[in-house]
Amino acid sequence: MAAAGLGLCRAAVLASGPGPLRAGVWGRLPPLAAGPRRYAAHFTFQPDAEPSAHGQTQKMNLFQSITSALDNTLSRDPTAVIFGEDVAFGGVFRCTVGLRDKYGKDRVFNTPLCEQGIVGFGIGVAVAGATAIAEIQFADYIFPAFDQIVNEAAKYRYRSGDLFNCGSLTIRAPWGCVGHGALYHSQSPEAFFAHCPGIKVVIPRSPLQAKGLLLSCIEDKNPCIFFEPKILYRAAVEQVPVEPYYIPLSQAEVLQEGSDVTLVAWGTQVHVIREVATMAQEKLGVSCEVIDLKTILPWDTEAVCKSVVKTGRLLISHEAPLTGGFASEISSTVQEECFLNLEAPISRVCGYDTPFPHIFEPFYIPDKWKCYDALRKMINY
Amino acid sequence: FDALDSFRVSRVVVASRNYADFASEATFDIKKCDLHRLEEGPPVTAVLTREEGLHYYRTMQTIRRMELKSDQLYKQKIIRGFCHLYDGQEACCVGLEAAINPTDHLITAYRAHGYAYTRGTAVREILAELTGRKGGCAKGKGGSMHMYAHNFYGGNGIVGAQVPLGAGIALACKYFGKDEICLTLYGDGAANQGQIFETYNMAALWKLPCIFICENNRYGMGTSVERAAASTDYYKRGDYIPGIRVDGMDILCVREATKFAAEHCRSGKGPMLMELQTYRYHGHSMSDPGISYRTREEIQEVRSKSDPITLLKDRMVNNSLSSVEELKEIDVEVRKEIEEAAQFATTDPEPPLEELGNHIYKNEPPFEVRGPSQWIKYKSVG
Repeated sequence: MAAAGLGLCRAAVLASGPGPLRAGVWGRLPPLAAGPRRYAAHFTFQPDAEPSAHGQTQKMNLFQSITSALDNTLSRDPTAVIFGEDVAFGGVFRCTVGLRDKYGKDRVFNTPLCEQGIVGFGIGVAVAGATAIAEIQFADYIFPAFDQIVNEAAKYRYRSGDLFNCGSLTIRAPWGCVGHGALYHSQSPEAFFAHCPGIKVVIPRSPLQAKGLLLSCIEDKNPCIFFEPKILYRAAVEQVPVEPYYIPLSQAEVLQEGSDVTLVAWGTQVHVIREVATMAQEKLGVSCEVIDLKTILPWDTEAVCKSVVKTGRLLISHEAPLTGGFASEISSTVQEECFLNLEAPISRVCGYDTPFPHIFEPFYIPDKWKCYDALRKMINY
Repeated sequence: FDALDSFRVSRVVVASRNYADFASEATFDIKKCDLHRLEEGPPVTAVLTREEGLHYYRTMQTIRRMELKSDQLYKQKIIRGFCHLYDGQEACCVGLEAAINPTDHLITAYRAHGYAYTRGTAVREILAELTGRKGGCAKGKGGSMHMYAHNFYGGNGIVGAQVPLGAGIALACKYFGKDEICLTLYGDGAANQGQIFETYNMAALWKLPCIFICENNRYGMGTSVERAAASTDYYKRGDYIPGIRVDGMDILCVREATKFAAEHCRSGKGPMLMELQTYRYHGHSMSDPGISYRTREEIQEVRSKSDPITLLKDRMVNNSLSSVEELKEIDVEVRKEIEEAAQFATTDPEPPLEELGNHIYKNEPPFEVRGPSQWIKYKSVG
């Protein structure tokens, strides 16, 4: 059947090793010996260790950790409200399940289908002093609200000379590729917002990170956009503390120390580059330093530059298209700061400069083989 | 084109029967439409000829079976991604098409399979597009939500975004002076988008030949209209634009109302708004079972009392325009056609990898598409 053939071909491509993709890749390939691999994801989620510092933990996946964070917020902050399309019954990704029953329909309510209205309304709620948590159903739909975010939310404090601000606004949106999203359910628009001083853009890689970062975003006195990798909603499971805890914004995290090359990514892509780091260690004996950027704006230039000074090589990877993607900003800053330390040109492994394709997704995304290839070329420069 | 071939077949079949069996046409009473800012509305009677009836029946049945086939293929994971099915609403697209010319323009949102068919795309191309093969009408690159045809501008994923486009097409129609109009469709959920109201203003200000059509199927994904809209009289939402509310399950009602609206636009009086009250049997998309926000009894009730195909069938049979056997034969032919199309859609190869880079820009000579590695580049043939 065509469907099974598709899965086998993809899996075979992933296993057949690095190298340029050939046009004949849809032809018959020898079947895999390993167990059933139907539509294998392009990454393997690697959970972090259970934290001991924040009390009792519970096994949660990404959407449950978001629900937990929102639950904590609503119980501690009497002015907090959550709104968006379909949030009342729990949301299309179950991020707000149970909250309406627990806190009432005045605090968790649906909006009609109007993104510009949702964000504009959220800015108003925040300016008046309440904590507003707006949900945009998919990051791809955030563009009608782009004007409100960039022209209103980001500039409110600045233009009023600190008289008014909408700092208690947080906008949440599911983000990134999901395997079958096609053009309008897979986009990663963080680069558009990175160009706008006044807002903060945050992207977690796991449930543990998500809860801490979301709570920090809500606490933060600036409007924040929190993108949640939708492919991880169910796939990522970790032990997450039930009580609130905060992970500081604008601080990148070094997940793995290394000495030869620095790998930087955020969101789902962090798990891809972690695998690449393991592959590089095994096959090339190369020691990689893996950094999760976490906050896109304002980003932790210190951490990345410090790492590049140590290693001399940098590879940045994201799903968004190459031209104008956030990797270009990182690359540009690093070459300014660390020019003489660089051993090889900075490598950016990103999506193609095309709209996110419908059926070409496995070829579009920067998977571990493309990253590994780029890393190898950098090492041999 | 397929339907015409079926005529020849059905005519041959009829020739072997007594011509006196069937009437050539019949007149029906149709529901009076609610009016907004209009003195008189569409006529309350409609004439249906035998040929028209058979054509409408066949088209609606094809769309119904095509959607059910898509449902089946989706559950077999041959179609992936998004799939928004149109069954239950067939009277809308067939009725609209019956009232306009092929030279008129139409644009709609993502529940577009029916419109792709009525605007001239073959069933096999639609199914191949759903399965993402190169025989698809958008070469497999668009999928369910992005099907296009001549004078059919899609197939649009972002809710409400197609309405300003429709007004633009209407402006072009007026500008070129070819007496064409544009039908701009959107749903009850999209009716709350800001850009719709911006478009109403522009269309009314410049008297664009645009018919705004709100397909009100009572639910915007999972939210019923009462919970989403302060005013559920969508035909009045245009305020200064005259509107009519139409029974969208009755194909004759839709046809007459559209003819009326088309006449209004073509005569230069400006835009018009039509609300088609219709219903979808499936959920919003294939990931929605469709029963968590409405009861099975409600769906059953609509299916038994207002199904568009059954309504047409009853009318035709009761007025001697056709017989149960003849319509059954059409059913059998349609099923066969859909089976063949599904076969094609399943076996056609996917588009080649080079297509990934094509059609981003119009460029001569082709430029190279940058990507994750400096050595894998796709040439973009514009």
